[in-house]
Amino acid sequence: MLNTLIARIHAAHAENMPLIIQGGGSKTFYGNADEGEILATRTLNGVVDYQPKELVLTAQSGTPLAEIEALLAEHNQMLAFEPPHFGGAATLGGSIAAGLSGPRRPYAGSARDFVLGVRMVDGTGQALRFGGQVIKNVAGYDVSRLMVGALGTLGLITEVSLKVLPSPGAETTLQFELDEAAAIVKMNTWAGQPLPLSATSWHAGLLSVRLSGARSAVHAAQAKLGGETVNDASAFWQRLRDQTTPFFDKRPSTWNQRLWRMAVKPTTPPLKLGDAQWIEWGGAVRWLISDLSETTLREAAQRCGGHATLFRGNAPIDGAFTPLTPALLTLHRNLKQRFDPKGIFNHGRLYPDF
Amino acid sequence: MSDIRSPVFLKALRKLLPPESFLTAPEDTRPFESDGLAAYRNTPDVVVLPDSEAQVTAILRLCHAHQVAVVTRGAGTGLAAGALPVDGAVLLVLARLNQIKNIDPLARTAVVQPGVRNLAISEAAAAYSLYYAPDPSSQIACSIGGNVAENSGGVHCLKYGLTVHNILKLRAWTIDGQLLEIGSDSLDAPGYDLLALMTGSEGMLAVITEVTVKLLPRPERAQVVLAAFDDVAKAGAAVGNIIAAGVIPAGLEMMDRLAIQAAEDFVHAGYPLDCEAILLCEVDGVNEEVSDDIFTVHEVLAASGATEIRTADSEEQRLKFWAGRKAAFPAVGRLAPDYYCMDGTIPRAQLPHVLKRISEMSIEYGLAVANVFHAGDGNLHPLILFDANQPGELHQAETFGGKILELCVEVGGTITGEHGVGLEKINQMCAQFSTPELTRFHEVKAAFDPDGLLNPGKAVPELHRCAEWGAMHIQGGQLPHPELPRF
Repeated sequence: MLNTLIARIHAAHAENMPLIIQGGGSKTFYGNADEGEILATRTLNGVVDYQPKELVLTAQSGTPLAEIEALLAEHNQMLAFEPPHFGGAATLGGSIAAGLSGPRRPYAGSARDFVLGVRMVDGTGQALRFGGQVIKNVAGYDVSRLMVGALGTLGLITEVSLKVLPSPGAETTLQFELDEAAAIVKMNTWAGQPLPLSATSWHAGLLSVRLSGARSAVHAAQAKLGGETVNDASAFWQRLRDQTTPFFDKRPSTWNQRLWRMAVKPTTPPLKLGDAQWIEWGGAVRWLISDLSETTLREAAQRCGGHATLFRGNAPIDGAFTPLTPALLTLHRNLKQRFDPKGIFNHGRLYPDF
Repeated sequence: MSDIRSPVFLKALRKLLPPESFLTAPEDTRPFESDGLAAYRNTPDVVVLPDSEAQVTAILRLCHAHQVAVVTRGAGTGLAAGALPVDGAVLLVLARLNQIKNIDPLARTAVVQPGVRNLAISEAAAAYSLYYAPDPSSQIACSIGGNVAENSGGVHCLKYGLTVHNILKLRAWTIDGQLLEIGSDSLDAPGYDLLALMTGSEGMLAVITEVTVKLLPRPERAQVVLAAFDDVAKAGAAVGNIIAAGVIPAGLEMMDRLAIQAAEDFVHAGYPLDCEAILLCEVDGVNEEVSDDIFTVHEVLAASGATEIRTADSEEQRLKFWAGRKAAFPAVGRLAPDYYCMDGTIPRAQLPHVLKRISEMSIEYGLAVANVFHAGDGNLHPLILFDANQPGELHQAETFGGKILELCVEVGGTITGEHGVGLEKINQMCAQFSTPELTRFHEVKAAFDPDGLLNPGKAVPELHRCAEWGAMHIQGGQLPHPELPRF
């Protein structure tokens, strides 16, 4: 199966034929619109190695995320970065290429934090392996983590090794009625205390805080924090992770309203950019449904130490990500040129000119 | 490339710095002849010690204009000759950029210059009950710039990650003096993950002048359990069993008989001596969780066949348990005139096989080995004992060390878990990576530094070099920086 893909990449390289790498197709909305023939990874299917005692799982990139998570759950383990499934068909390779993480991210780490190694095929059809299956490894540049979030522009990921973690023994979610400014302060204050936080969310006057860990630790933290215990909390976090709550789900009411991901310094006070807002990640991500201009939102995010991503629009997107400074753009072009000299992979998906 | 000794270049360089920050006399530059791996020495022609970012960028621009190479150095505690001076290169020492610029207790971040010592960050953050998690053994001396360059770890990696997991943002400069602002004050940044690429890049890509690190709340409590085993394989299996029970220890260390004996003779930590291996398992966190985890760890160790289990019942005893482990390198150094320290990482399940192969090879090569192991994350430090004054022993030890690293790669591991490649393991890179992979590494460097002026000749071997092995060679049992604890 891999050989077939490599043969297609060789041919595409020879003929300057653009390719769009696609796993489950659950994140086609993400990034800029690109053109080319679909290079489907679903044939790269299956867990290659899983040793629960090693906390390491290796799987081919086309393996459905759901399959991997089910296997981990049988051994009381999990992908601690809680990658979103966005409709269920998400694959491991797509999750890593998109580099998206879910509610647990600020407390457990991101997709890139859990990547230990990748096998990939570059734009010339050369199969390469970087990193490995061990937790500590400093031989060579960290190319495997460079692939995370590169949206396939540097190569086709064919296999990924990840660090996995034990699932927490107990989990509970508390809710507090709080205004936005107070909720942001609370999220940050609690994160500086030895509490077993594992997710935070604020929307429409309600702060939700998930605690995970040993039952005794969760109980002790619950007693300390107070608040109302939420029933069916796992469904709440699952909906937030997959963006299936009505907030994310409702079609923007006018053509110009779009979903923006404002990544900011977590302590940033209320942005005051409209009421259609959902705060996650201890204050570090503020989802906005907004018709404000790209420039207004990008400048606001930058003033707050971060960046703004046009996450979902109503039409194909051509400027999803915050433009890079000239020095960084040069580096990006240089790296793209080395890994994919003819620019056949996902051209324009990340930035229009490569 | 200009000659570094050309009067025009030197005059221009001298102008950029106060006189005391510009060293050329051999008696002044000799202290910089090696980093923590003192077996590799080379007296630099020119040493510059800027104390501001403006000076750093001026130096880089000048060197670029004259095509003079630059080797960046922090505190000089590295163990792989990564900061070894290179002929014809300026040695750029960042130790004087040592200001903690800001600590934001609510956002839990510290903005620091590269010369700030690792431990100084935690000391400054202690006022807010926060700390910086990565704790390389040299943390009282090593600097954060070097930690980023090497992606340094420590004994708490399994639970708290390496440097790459604990930094948010870098200010770095390319050799032609362009500013790279990498990362952000949020949790991610647009574009490629250059923060990951820069971390562990061994001074090959850019020069760092500022690091924003994450701070964590101090755990409420830490407790350590010591367990003895009559068989190293049983101890190895116990490590996996602890993890399978759902506990992620803050530290999980293993020593074999020879290392235990040496440590006990040296620091009298009270280790049991009638055993083949000991495990030290530390758990930390919320008070209640630590109690639960200690209970679980106890049960698992007993079920895994431990012959003796002790739980430290005071902070004093906890530190005593650790003292033996932390003194293991100098302790082993007392057993023989010389030793080689290897730094391979293996999948933990391979531990019994790897230890068995090492002990077979030990007989084959006629050289004793003491094993010290970051068991939790599979990072093995076999210490090969030899005497360089005995004809042939050095060569035997080198060959033996090479075989151990080959074995690490063979079982799915890596040649370096935490010390870095530097110059020392540059040949061993050839065992781990194929020619196309090494070529990609060279191309990554070229993307940042097309003229190859930053730390030339380190970290990634030229393809024609791929023939020999190297390993850490400690002369006369003397470690560089003998005052530092070694893990």
